[in-house]
Amino acid sequence: MKRHSPIVVHVLVLLGVTMLALGTAQAGEYGAPAPERQAELVRMVRQDCGSCHGMSFKGGLGPALLPDDLRDKPFESLVATVLDGRPGTPMPGWRPFMTEDEANWIVERLMHGFPSVHIEIGQGDR
Amino acid sequence: MSFMGVAARKGLLLLFAVLLVGGCAYRGDVRGTADLGVVVERASGTVAVVNTSNQSVLGEVAGLGDLSHAHVTYSRDGRYAFVFGRDGGLTKVDLLTRTIARRVIQAGNSIGGSISQDGRLVVAQNYEPGGIKAFDAETLELVSEVPAEYAPGKFSRVVGLADVPGRKFVYALFDAGEIWVTDFSDPRKPATRRYRAGKQPYDGLVTPDGRYFLAGLFGEDGIALLDLWQPEKGVRRILDGYGRGEEKLPVYKMPHLRGWAIAGDKAYLPAVGHHEVLVVDTRSWKEVNRIPVKGQPVFVMARPDGRQVWVNFAFPDNGWVNVIDTLDEKVVKTLAPGKAVLHMEFTPRGDAVWLSARDDNRVRIIDPENFGTIKDLTLPAPSGIFFTNRAQRIGF
Repeated sequence: MKRHSPIVVHVLVLLGVTMLALGTAQAGEYGAPAPERQAELVRMVRQDCGSCHGMSFKGGLGPALLPDDLRDKPFESLVATVLDGRPGTPMPGWRPFMTEDEANWIVERLMHGFPSVHIEIGQGDR
Repeated sequence: MSFMGVAARKGLLLLFAVLLVGGCAYRGDVRGTADLGVVVERASGTVAVVNTSNQSVLGEVAGLGDLSHAHVTYSRDGRYAFVFGRDGGLTKVDLLTRTIARRVIQAGNSIGGSISQDGRLVVAQNYEPGGIKAFDAETLELVSEVPAEYAPGKFSRVVGLADVPGRKFVYALFDAGEIWVTDFSDPRKPATRRYRAGKQPYDGLVTPDGRYFLAGLFGEDGIALLDLWQPEKGVRRILDGYGRGEEKLPVYKMPHLRGWAIAGDKAYLPAVGHHEVLVVDTRSWKEVNRIPVKGQPVFVMARPDGRQVWVNFAFPDNGWVNVIDTLDEKVVKTLAPGKAVLHMEFTPRGDAVWLSARDDNRVRIIDPENFGTIKDLTLPAPSGIFFTNRAQRIGF
């Protein structure tokens, strides 16, 4: 992925915040989660999926999850992998922690550029 | 006149003494580093330099890149922290001046590194390109590299790198299922020996004496053990099939192994896919106990005296910490030190343990004798905590 200048990143983050605040993130035909739930999911995906796939999704023990890496993968099978894992690999199923609509939303966001983790850090103690 | 001469000479001496004292005072922080360390602020590319004597943050050093899953190893004088970033950045941080001494981008995707016994070589372990690279610890110039090409054109991600005596490094190849031992006696011409380990080694550790390397396996229940004093005997499997007959639970974060797992003559190791700590006798390498714990263990870490073993957990149990008493091998305390407890580090002699609670933006410092909180430090999204006594330990 191309490196963006800090100002571009800030603009992107602001755009992300705006989208979250308005609850208008593109979720296709699926019901988008409420803004607070979106923030939780963003954190979960960045931080917890990030422990294998990298916080910036460039991959680690798990494969990279950037839009370019996912472009040619079938949407439905990506959702199935999120929900039920992939046997024979370390990928576990995340069904206990999200609904199918939420998994759809996560995959859709991953395929189009995932919101930044800085959104929730900004709401911390500092 | 001679009186004036003496007075003048005394005056000069006094002036000299004042200048000397003043000079020292001006230099400020003349101090040792044995009570220092760093806390990684994973989301902001920053490390906080901390003091474990008065539990304070001395300052921050920013500009270190992507520090998710960052690792730190120390120069042998304990002054410089070598910080390995996920994005392949390798930064040499001066703890005393709290500045960046050197920085290179050495890979596309890195997972950590270690320093040679003599302190001359810093070695990084990488996912992309798969392999290890050795750098001059002084200048961070590339000295040599060992691509993890386990079959023609096939490169493996490297995990579990540990320094062992004799300027050697041991590591495991996740994709190849092998353990490699590379000898950097001639730093520009490293020599590597390969051993079969088992399916998907996810991390490794070397015992504190540098003798045994253990590679934890994800793809099968068991641990690969290599005796580095007699490597010709090959890899032996221990804890073979430890989960047999039990349903394997999902693993939402890979456990981490390091020499802190050894307490007395036992090793305390995380089971994978089972909510248990496995206890192994390090003389016979036979399993002697299994201790049920709160979730999937990530770090299983002995207090320096070996009396306690602290355990944190993978998502969704990452708000809990279990403390095992090694005399009766039972969990004696369950703590909730904060949201998303990512890491723990004991002070060199174990008077305190520091725990990072990522989602509470807090480091909690606990007295392991009475489990009381000594102090909380506010730091943004803290993850790894690394104290300088790692500089004196084999395999860190």
